[in-house]
Amino acid sequence: MPDQPGRNAIEVRDVSKIFGSGDARFAALDRVSVAIRENEFFTLLGPSGCGKTTLLRLIAGFDFPSEGEIFLYGEDIAPLPPYRRPVNTVFQSYALFPHMTVAQNIGFGLEMLGKPKNEIKARVELMLKLVRMEALANRRTSQISGGQQQRVALARALAPQPKVLLLDEPLSALDYKLRKEMQIELKRLQNETGITFIFVTHDQEEALTMSDRIAVMSAGKILQIGSPRDIYDRPAERFVADFIGESNFLPATMVSKQDDHATVRLTSGAEISASLPQNASPAGDVTVVVRPEHAQFAAAANGAPLAGTIENVVYLGTDTHFHLKLDTGEPFIVRRQNARGHADHREAGSRVGILIPADAAQVLRD
Amino acid sequence: MDTASEVAKRAERADVRSRWLLSAPALLVIFFAAVGPLFVMLAYSFMVKGDYGDVKPGEFSLDGWFSVFFQRDIFDDTVGLADAHLSIFWRSVKLSLITTMLALAFGFPTAYFIATRPARTREVWVFLITIPFWTNLLIRTFAMQEVIRNEGILNTLMMWLGLIDQPIQLMYTDAAILFGMVYVYLPLMVLPLYASMEKLDFNLVEAGYDLYATRLRVLWRIIIPLVRPGVIAGSILVFIPSLGAYVIPRVLGGGKNMMLGNLIELQFGAGRNWPLGAAISITLMAIVMLALLVYVRNEARSGAQNV
Repeated sequence: MPDQPGRNAIEVRDVSKIFGSGDARFAALDRVSVAIRENEFFTLLGPSGCGKTTLLRLIAGFDFPSEGEIFLYGEDIAPLPPYRRPVNTVFQSYALFPHMTVAQNIGFGLEMLGKPKNEIKARVELMLKLVRMEALANRRTSQISGGQQQRVALARALAPQPKVLLLDEPLSALDYKLRKEMQIELKRLQNETGITFIFVTHDQEEALTMSDRIAVMSAGKILQIGSPRDIYDRPAERFVADFIGESNFLPATMVSKQDDHATVRLTSGAEISASLPQNASPAGDVTVVVRPEHAQFAAAANGAPLAGTIENVVYLGTDTHFHLKLDTGEPFIVRRQNARGHADHREAGSRVGILIPADAAQVLRD
Repeated sequence: MDTASEVAKRAERADVRSRWLLSAPALLVIFFAAVGPLFVMLAYSFMVKGDYGDVKPGEFSLDGWFSVFFQRDIFDDTVGLADAHLSIFWRSVKLSLITTMLALAFGFPTAYFIATRPARTREVWVFLITIPFWTNLLIRTFAMQEVIRNEGILNTLMMWLGLIDQPIQLMYTDAAILFGMVYVYLPLMVLPLYASMEKLDFNLVEAGYDLYATRLRVLWRIIIPLVRPGVIAGSILVFIPSLGAYVIPRVLGGGKNMMLGNLIELQFGAGRNWPLGAAISITLMAIVMLALLVYVRNEARSGAQNV
């Protein structure tokens, strides 16, 4: 789907970032291209060292790409210093100015833009209200809690009305409950302000909860871009399937293809239907991924496409995980929801059969 | 039989005793090395000068203090201000202030440079900064003389480059004293500045750039306010020894361009007026304390403004 550059808030084209030189050369980003649409909540998801923060810093202007171009609404911003880019950042450490009050922090960007005093005052008040911090306007940043600092950092970055807001793992320092609250808060702020958010995280749950689209990154490359549902249900690569949620990987052989579907033969001999990844035509030996909650127990072990023995039953409150060993030797996990009335009471050691419904299996690209 | 409270009381007494014993060395050093000599100076300043130096013990006089600020005309006995002394006071304060400002101007970028190096290289730079301390001050001052005298390195180099036709007279001028003092006291500015810059969170600098502040504004609005404790500490550490400098004005300034340190030495040496020397010394201390007081009050005020 080729996007027109002018329509995209940010377009990154073939950007590489090389650190060091000689033998110590290290490509933090390796020819990355991505288009981020206007008003989108876009997440860069990946483990530490995958290049997601480097990409964010290139967009912010703290570093410059070794190769490639970065467009902001069609304008090449790669050579501009950060103070000439209408883009603001929420830092992981918040980076609030300790020698200023909450209100002075929020007003700093507008002050630097040379806005008149009364306009700054009005805008700061609006921002304080937006993040519900009116009561603490004159506090020092050291006198407020971590969650409140987080809100101030957000208000400070939103105050100059940037075209794009960059968020560098802003929730990682908060405790679980506060993080949950802030996830919803961030989504609300994005809806209310209509600003394009680019959010960096290593937390898959955060990414799935908040994003319109997610780019999964690994080793300086973007592996897959898609909606949370796409990424979760249709992982194109083993890394994506492994990084996001839990997965069962099964070796298989391609039997036939029609459009975006294929029939594959598992090592047990059973043939199942599986989805094919985009822009790839796997052939021969492939890997099929099945999410644990998409697999179902068959009524009997005999005749089911897969059969095995339950080795472990793990109770998780909302769900129960059944760890199986298949007859073909591979491990396999089935997750069942603990709904009232029809809980699956299966004991460790019992033999079970497994059904894989149509569309539950996905063929991987590699 | 001891009751528990008796045991506790005894333990407490032993505790008090050992606390005093443990702090005794420090207290002795403070008394004999710091407070004691000050009282000796104070006492000397109120005594009558001896004929060949020293003081006449037990005789009280205000002559020492009187002659710090005033002088009696030899012929008609009228009293006037001691212009010679006052001009030396003023010169000393002026030269020390300029030294402090120059040291700040050179020290700030130096400290910033070091603080922004990778952690391992930083130690090397700090080490290099401290190397001059290994050499005696007198020797470094004579080396400085070798640099700035008419046939010295600086003049020879500038003439060779064709920048000047004839040597610039630097020796025995205030410029020479400034040159020497800035050189000698610069590390005392760089080290505290570096210490506070090292603690600076450079994310704040990036946050400044991100919020549309140019380099100059980031420096002015973010870096300088945050490293202020280092600026203050460095300025105090440079200003105080500059004010009492002795060797540098003596060697580089010659006999004419005296500073307070030389004036004091003169009274204890050739002048044979110990009470006056003592009184000037205490006046010097008073100037330093006054300067510190002004600084601290200014700080408190600007600090209050920021809240």
